[in-house]
Amino acid sequence: MALVSFHDVRKTYRSLQGVDYSAVEHFDLEIEAGEFFCLLGPSGCGKTTVLKMLAGFEAPSAGEILMDDRPVTGASRDRGVVFQGDDSLYGWLTAVENVEFGLRMRRVPRSERRRRALEFLDLVGLAGQADKYPSELSGGMKQRIQLARALVNEPKMLLMDEPFAALDAQTRALMQVELASIWQAARTTVLFITHDIDEAVTLGGRIGVMRAGPRSQVKGVVEVSLNGARSRTDDTFLRYYKQVYEMIRDEVATSIARSA
Amino acid sequence: MPRSRLQRFWSGYGGYVLGFVSLVVIWHVAAVFVVGSVLFPPPVVVYRKAIVLIRNGVLFEHLSASIQRILAGFLAGSLLGIPIGLVMGSFRPARKVLEPYTEFLRFIPSVAMITVAVIWFGIGEASKIFLIIYTTIFIVILNTAAGVSAIAPNKIRAAEALGASRAQIFCHVALPATVPYILTGMRLAMANSFTTIVAAELIAANEGLGKMLWDGRMFMLVDDIFVSLVTLGLLGFVVDRMFRWSIYAFAGKYSPAT
Ligand SMILES: Nc1ncnc2c1ncn2[C@@H]1O[C@H](COP(=O)(O)OP(=O)(O)OP(=O)(O)O)[C@@H](O)[C@H]1O
Ligand SMILES: [Mg+2]
Repeated sequence: MALVSFHDVRKTYRSLQGVDYSAVEHFDLEIEAGEFFCLLGPSGCGKTTVLKMLAGFEAPSAGEILMDDRPVTGASRDRGVVFQGDDSLYGWLTAVENVEFGLRMRRVPRSERRRRALEFLDLVGLAGQADKYPSELSGGMKQRIQLARALVNEPKMLLMDEPFAALDAQTRALMQVELASIWQAARTTVLFITHDIDEAVTLGGRIGVMRAGPRSQVKGVVEVSLNGARSRTDDTFLRYYKQVYEMIRDEVATSIARSA
Repeated sequence: MPRSRLQRFWSGYGGYVLGFVSLVVIWHVAAVFVVGSVLFPPPVVVYRKAIVLIRNGVLFEHLSASIQRILAGFLAGSLLGIPIGLVMGSFRPARKVLEPYTEFLRFIPSVAMITVAVIWFGIGEASKIFLIIYTTIFIVILNTAAGVSAIAPNKIRAAEALGASRAQIFCHVALPATVPYILTGMRLAMANSFTTIVAAELIAANEGLGKMLWDGRMFMLVDDIFVSLVTLGLLGFVVDRMFRWSIYAFAGKYSPAT
């Protein structure tokens, strides 16, 4: 039984000119408990739309989304979110105060929540930055804070929207390794959105490839059976890369042609 | 080589000192060599007059009257304006209901309300404080409401996904995220309060810097007029600096960097 399932979901946006645009339509997807699912697709295909609906920030226009057999009706702390940019951090709170925000909302006693927040800051490698404000931190550090803030709240599932897209290649590679080891330890269910094939093959247990929008769907799912540390020079790694690349190539071309 | 304290002082405040010194010099040159009339006293004369008015307590009396009115009205106006602005920015129906008030009243300048204020509240403190509240409240409301609508939606969403209730989001996200806008609104309101209080005291008051200006005109006390003007300028400058300093010291972390 899947933890999350999308059944025949549609999301239609109305533009300011009053024109309807269906980002996804007849969209089906199942995510199993404990898996690391990567959702890959060309820019503008509707990846963030899917995440926003699952998070409960936006309601589907048709169809239903179930988690634990219950329809998703709004945001909840079951589903922790790491956002695409850094605008979700609270600039008036220090790193550790940002991380303990969820615990504070649940009225966890001060010393207890501080201890747990520091523990998770340590987990993401920011133990020394606890008292800095977000404006004093680098892009990579801010994404780690977002990750720690979501993890400390112990969600059933983690939704990550291109969390490393804005980072430089070296930092991104480092963050991927760290995320992989954090996931190995925690085994939370993850929906990880990316447009980077390499990142998807590095992290994903399964990779869902989306079609170009409008009316996007999951074109196919690739199961990745690579164990332990994944190396980009490994033959199997390259085979998966190629398989995914061939699935997405036409979609990217279509996407570019349509938005031209 | 370490820089001496004098050097640091100059690089920090040198521009200010130079600016103020040149202001006084130009004033002096204009008064003594260009105009050369008792109707435009040079800085030295105004300074001497100021000393006299400080010694006999007259300046302090006017100054404290004006400051008290500004402070009382400004604080009351801010305390009323902030919650109204927060509500207007947060709840669409509330905005619809309240917008006719703010959009209509803010175009009636507070100076235009002086006559009504005097008829309603007399020439005592009440009318002045009413006018300062009137001046303050709309600027604070509009800035606060604008601040609420400028909050990044992801800040709200993140709080929702972390399990915050609507009331918690209001207190722990919307309010702190809006603080820089509120402070900017208050700073602008403070500047406008000066205009209003002088105008109100010109027309109806027993003391205050505006009354001092009016008496100066009535009794041809040109030096007194200039003392009042310089006091107003200095007071505004000092108050605004204090505001900026306290924003920096107490609310620096609320600056909209992220
Ligand atoms: N609020 C909205 N109003 C109108 N159209 C929207 C809205 N949000 C998204 N869209 C449209 O829906 C489509 C999918 O957007 P979405 O943000 O889900 O794409 P994405 O796959 O996340 O892209 P990217 O990789 O660039 O982040 C786009 O064509 C976009 O223009
Ligand atoms: Mg996106």
